Amino acid sequence: MESIPFEHGLMLAATLFCLGLIGVMTRRNIVFVLMSLEIMLNASGLAFIVSGSRWGGADGQVMFLMILTLAAAEVAVGLGLIIQLYKRFKTIDIDVLSALKG
Amino acid sequence: MTELFYSGAVVAVIATLLVIVQTNVVHALIYLVLSLLAVAVVFFSVGAPFVAILEAIVYAGAIMVLFLFVVMMLNLGQRSRDQEKNWLPARSWLVPSVLAAVLLMQLTASFPAAQTQIVEVGARAVSELLFGPYVLAVELASFLLLAGLVSAYHIAKK
Repeated sequence: MESIPFEHGLMLAATLFCLGLIGVMTRRNIVFVLMSLEIMLNASGLAFIVSGSRWGGADGQVMFLMILTLAAAEVAVGLGLIIQLYKRFKTIDIDVLSALKG
Repeated sequence: MTELFYSGAVVAVIATLLVIVQTNVVHALIYLVLSLLAVAVVFFSVGAPFVAILEAIVYAGAIMVLFLFVVMMLNLGQRSRDQEKNWLPARSWLVPSVLAAVLLMQLTASFPAAQTQIVEVGARAVSELLFGPYVLAVELASFLLLAGLVSAYHIAKK
């Protein structure tokens, strides 16, 4: 088997995480914010997988399965909230939906 | 395997970049599916084939279809696309992204790249861990899924 530098895998995970973070911070459409959250969760799972494969264990893959479950539950609840917000306010712009602002 | 890793990494980064600059939600979703498939290729190349298949089936298949259904229900038209264009003028993100790219390239070039041997860890090892020491976590995950199901039904219904 050929080999891959462990650090490059971690750097890929960090890059994807930062791209997702930029998406969460800059986008104003709440669907895009939820998609960027998915990117961030996926990047953290990638970090787990790469670290697990560095030491040849299966624990990283188990943690990724937990992240997968979390992402599925989060998307279901988040999309339900988006549908409900759109029904009530007819917009998904998070600058308009600021009733919870202190 | 090394070429597989690097090509998957490049495709993943470019597709993710295109996701966060799209104005049309459906186009962004297609790029997100591409990004997730590229990450699945990366998983395969670092010796985790079981998780790579799960990523393609569950993430790129099930979760993205859920997104697509909701986008179709919301029926966002040209108006939302124009709004998105106004929120993202090129002059506000061009210079920071170029500077960040310079930093990233320097970091990639200067990182100490120690070669490590890739050992393939298959589905059997993962399953033995899942139903051995991590069985409580599996039960908790099932509780989480049940709670997500009930709350999504309740929130979206009324």
